[in-house]
Amino acid sequence: MKVIHAAIVKPGTTLVNKTGGWRTFMPECNYELCNGCGICETYCPDSVIVKDGDRYAPNLDYCKGCGICANVCPKDAITMILEGK
Amino acid sequence: MDRENMSVVDGAYAVAHAVNVCKPDVVAAYPITPQTNIVEHISQFIADGEMDDVSINVESEHSAMSLLVGASSVGARAYSATASQGLVLMSEVLFNVSGMRLPIVVTVVNRAMSAPLSIWNDQQDSISQRDTGWIQLYAEDVQEAADMTAQAFKIAENSNVLLPVMVCMDGFILSHVYEPVVLLEDDLIDEFLPGYSPLAVLDPDNPKTFGAFADPGAYTEFRYLQEVAMKNAIPVIEDAADEFKEVFGRYQGGLIDEYMAEDAEIMIIAMGSVVGTIKEVIPELRAKGVSVGIIKIRSFRPFPAEAIRKAVASAKVIVTLDKNISIGLGEGALFTETKSVIYNSSIRTPVIGFMLGHGGRDIPKARIEQIVMEAGEVMKRGITVESRYADLKEELL
Amino acid sequence: MTQLLAPGHRMCAGCGDALATKFALKGAGDRCIVVSPTGCIEVSTTPYPESSWNVPWIHSLFDNAGAVAAGIEWGLKKLGKKEDTTVMVIAGDGATFDIGLQAMSGAFERGHDMVYVCVDNEAYMNTGIQRSGATPYDASTTTSPAGKVSFGNPLPKKNMPAIMADHGSPYVATASIAYAKDAIRKVARAAEIEGPAYIQIHAPCCTGWKFDSSKTVEVGRLAVEAGLWPMYEMIDGRIEKAKKIRDRKPVEEYLRMQGRFKHLFTMEGGEEEIARIQAIADWNAEYYEME
Repeated sequence: MKVIHAAIVKPGTTLVNKTGGWRTFMPECNYELCNGCGICETYCPDSVIVKDGDRYAPNLDYCKGCGICANVCPKDAITMILEGK
Repeated sequence: MDRENMSVVDGAYAVAHAVNVCKPDVVAAYPITPQTNIVEHISQFIADGEMDDVSINVESEHSAMSLLVGASSVGARAYSATASQGLVLMSEVLFNVSGMRLPIVVTVVNRAMSAPLSIWNDQQDSISQRDTGWIQLYAEDVQEAADMTAQAFKIAENSNVLLPVMVCMDGFILSHVYEPVVLLEDDLIDEFLPGYSPLAVLDPDNPKTFGAFADPGAYTEFRYLQEVAMKNAIPVIEDAADEFKEVFGRYQGGLIDEYMAEDAEIMIIAMGSVVGTIKEVIPELRAKGVSVGIIKIRSFRPFPAEAIRKAVASAKVIVTLDKNISIGLGEGALFTETKSVIYNSSIRTPVIGFMLGHGGRDIPKARIEQIVMEAGEVMKRGITVESRYADLKEELL
Repeated sequence: MTQLLAPGHRMCAGCGDALATKFALKGAGDRCIVVSPTGCIEVSTTPYPESSWNVPWIHSLFDNAGAVAAGIEWGLKKLGKKEDTTVMVIAGDGATFDIGLQAMSGAFERGHDMVYVCVDNEAYMNTGIQRSGATPYDASTTTSPAGKVSFGNPLPKKNMPAIMADHGSPYVATASIAYAKDAIRKVARAAEIEGPAYIQIHAPCCTGWKFDSSKTVEVGRLAVEAGLWPMYEMIDGRIEKAKKIRDRKPVEEYLRMQGRFKHLFTMEGGEEEIARIQAIADWNAEYYEME
């Protein structure tokens, strides 16, 4: 990309940086326990948990595996599991 | 010059009036001697309803310039004025402004740096900021300081330039002197200076990120583009002076101006108000058969290398005058830079440098005469001392 | 729905600042212009040629966010373009409490219409966990380390909300990333109020405070429940309502979760130090009428 006169950048362009590669543990949701409250979505620092129909699910392209979603889930529906790579 | 349209005003008034005529959207400044009169006049214009309520009193020069960063980023034409410690307090933001390519204009009312504290004139303040990426223009007299203000906005906002500009005027000598001047003509300004049309602004309807950080993969290229913009400014500064002449009928030079320089053997290079004194001395010396002329530097950044090389063609000795010193080198900036632009050319004229007028020390005509005579000796006998203070009081040492 | 702070930013896994930024943007909405001084948020969201921001955003320097925001507000007003635009600073505690205080003070004194959000993670995290004016008593940082003869930071945390309220700010509030709705509501309220509003959002930093990245919200909640992070709103300088805490937890529970206080549990005299921190919480509980 050619540089222009000042370092002015287009919005929302960090999407090219897939931070999912940082992850060691990945969240796994037991949807039988999940009540769809969305607290995991609220407290995801990377805004990677998105509502897909009735369910919330992490976008693993960007999920860094911090584990906050599992920690805040009032139903203990989310478990952090070691990701096989 | 049209004497009927002249007013006798102080330099600060002429500049403040010119600022008003240029219709800035935002003015932010912090008072510092000897700049205060400019912001006081602007405040009074606003209080009297003669200027839009654009000015804001801030808590420091650092914040004045920072506030202008914000204002310029949303597309406002932005102006400030400062001096000395104030300019240096701004220094951090000065680099930022030029890097962000914001066309802000500042009047620097040149004053010495502390310590020892001195409110009087020299040019150490602006010279110390030469590498901030700002265009630096130096005015010879009040008329030029006022007219340069309009030129500065035009140069800064040129889309091939987009660099901030300092208009430097000597403190007290110009800011507080009453001179007959033509106040910048309000009815002609639109013909010369169109409104500012920024290439990009902060706007929720078209969100952009300003001031991203550059890693080693891109930083050099942004710095290089600033240098390209400085090079682009060279013809733009010349054009602004020419267009100014067409519209307003006044011309004070482009990158440089020359006076009795065409055939001069002794060539003085100087900038700022001392040029006026030198122009008084030159005809007197010419009458005595001394072949002397002057190159006035209007644009110190970009430095007019090519123009200087051309203008010194006839010279057998070049003598620079500096109201600043690089301590540790023992030279003023004009001396060092003049040498640097001729070193790799075919010009082999000796260059000597004098530092003088620091901390407001008066520069009488006799001092200029003495310098010219010394330069004449160099023509005959070669250089004995490259650079020295011309007005050092040995008896105080 | 487009996230106003897009994923792909380089903030640490479990970052409290990222949460605070997310909530601030939710509160202010997409009609805002954000100013971020130097800090974690700035460097991790805008590596050229990328940006996480889907709102207009500017970084100038470390020490001038208040003045830059003031310039944006004043410029928009003078250009007749202010309308519904919210000018919002999102700054760290170092840029707020310390190096940027003067610019911020001037902006608040002049009364610019802006929301200043201080994301308070209690030290200079971007440069590697150095002490700031927001660092709490006895926290170990790299410039106030605990050691044989030191319990860490010897100074109490500066009371910034009070300082900003005393500038005549119409709205000052404290919030926490552990209470999302409350934080979002407070920013939204600040955006609605004309004039300079200040909101300090407590944002635990797993890297700097040394706890597991999954516990950011948990640590934030404990700070509130222990009385070390009073949450309140001030209208025209008067505390309107502070969050009530039932069954206030001992500070020891909060301190024990964090590596930055670990020395208090191993060093001789640590108990007395913990008692001093408990006294801070007790003072808060009384002053803010939490109970």
